[in-house]
Amino acid sequence: MKFQMMKMNIKQLILCAILAISSISSFAQSSGLEEFFYASGKIRVVIVVASIVMTGLLIYVFTLDRRLKKSTKKK
Amino acid sequence: MDSILLFYSFSIYCRWYLGTYCSHTFGANNSVISNTGLGNPIDFKAFMKIWLKVICVALLAYVAVSTFWYPLIPAGLQVNINKINPGENQFTLTGYNTHFVSEKENLQVFVAIDSTARYCGSILNVIDNNHVLVSVNLPDTLSSANIAFVANDNTDGYIIVEQPIKSEGFVLIPGYKEKSCKISVIQTDHKGFGYPYQPIIMETIRNLMWHVPMWFTMFVLMTISFIQSIKSLNSGGRADDNLDKFLDQKKLLISDTKAAMSASTGLVFCLLGLITGSVWARFAWGAWWTNDPQLNGAMVVFIVYVAYFILRNSTPDLEKRARLSSIFNIFAFVLMVVLLMVMPRFTEGLHPGKSGNPAFSQYDLDSSLRVVFYPAVLGFILLGYWLYRINLSIRNIEISNDENEY
Repeated sequence: MKFQMMKMNIKQLILCAILAISSISSFAQSSGLEEFFYASGKIRVVIVVASIVMTGLLIYVFTLDRRLKKSTKKK
Repeated sequence: MDSILLFYSFSIYCRWYLGTYCSHTFGANNSVISNTGLGNPIDFKAFMKIWLKVICVALLAYVAVSTFWYPLIPAGLQVNINKINPGENQFTLTGYNTHFVSEKENLQVFVAIDSTARYCGSILNVIDNNHVLVSVNLPDTLSSANIAFVANDNTDGYIIVEQPIKSEGFVLIPGYKEKSCKISVIQTDHKGFGYPYQPIIMETIRNLMWHVPMWFTMFVLMTISFIQSIKSLNSGGRADDNLDKFLDQKKLLISDTKAAMSASTGLVFCLLGLITGSVWARFAWGAWWTNDPQLNGAMVVFIVYVAYFILRNSTPDLEKRARLSSIFNIFAFVLMVVLLMVMPRFTEGLHPGKSGNPAFSQYDLDSSLRVVFYPAVLGFILLGYWLYRINLSIRNIEISNDENEY
């Protein structure tokens, strides 16, 4: 039951990610995104890139943490 | 003589044993604090274990701060005219990160003809730090139609605007000796530290500290994985008696686990590199993905390493899995070197690093980027190695759990 719930969550997560990406790409066709990111010398792009790296590494550390918890619980 | 040697070797052994005992019971941290004796190899190892982490955190903090701390060096953006005539020409020169207001007294703007002659303009109005309204009187005869607009002051140095401009109504005589005006300001370079300005890249040059180290880290982790794969293939299959066979198999599996965990951590960095590169491409080249050999090569490498894990999961027998995936990994590494390091240099594309140059040679001249870029690479490599060790130890716990189950 729990496993199924997790599966559902992952599916929902993937769906959400796809929807988010598609919304960004549709948003990109309008000039709003470009106006926002081209302002003040495109510095916002750097902020986005740096935060992608940080959040990516954080998510990885969280998955490691979850694996560790799971494997120590079994003992 | 013999007894001295024996005593000496025994004392070394004792110290080694004590060192391992301390590091096992109290953890690596305490063994350094409690056991600061020099010349002990175990101490050095524990010392490095902590200090590499400290260095990693310090470097990354330095990179995170200095990426955003320093400004870009001043540069010329544009002038608001697209043609010049003989007689009076009035235009607004736009600079980037310039200090026109505070340098009002020293500011000079002139039109440079083919870098040999110049015609000084009179400054009508300094609108703000980045805009200045100028009028320049030009004669009927010029030696060349190669024209640039230059501003100069004591803080910013030379600010050059080179944009295509039409010259109408001039008589062009090559070699014509022109009367240059005198300029009073001598400052040629910008005062202070700053990153170089590039026309379309602009502030996103700071991404260099975040995007490129991802690939360096991935490369180091994949190299570790490659070496461990060779090690795992090298052990096993040579022993005659059963105990050696068992030990060899153990070695094979240990190396294989290391290879797999290193590759999985490397894959995370590869994914981050792909995503950050895609975002950067969107706002520098105008598309999330372009058909560039470097980009496609990176994507192929990502897919190949994903295939490595699919191959691992498809083989239930541990020894077979280790051998198969090691062979696959060796080929994947060679493919990665070819696709990321060799192929892009022989092809045309948007990504920097074309025609025989390393990937960041475009910015290589500038030492201000290197000061932050090299620490960033080192910091991220250390972080990648750290994450790989954590990943490996968790995997070992999982494996021992699985063994206890059966």
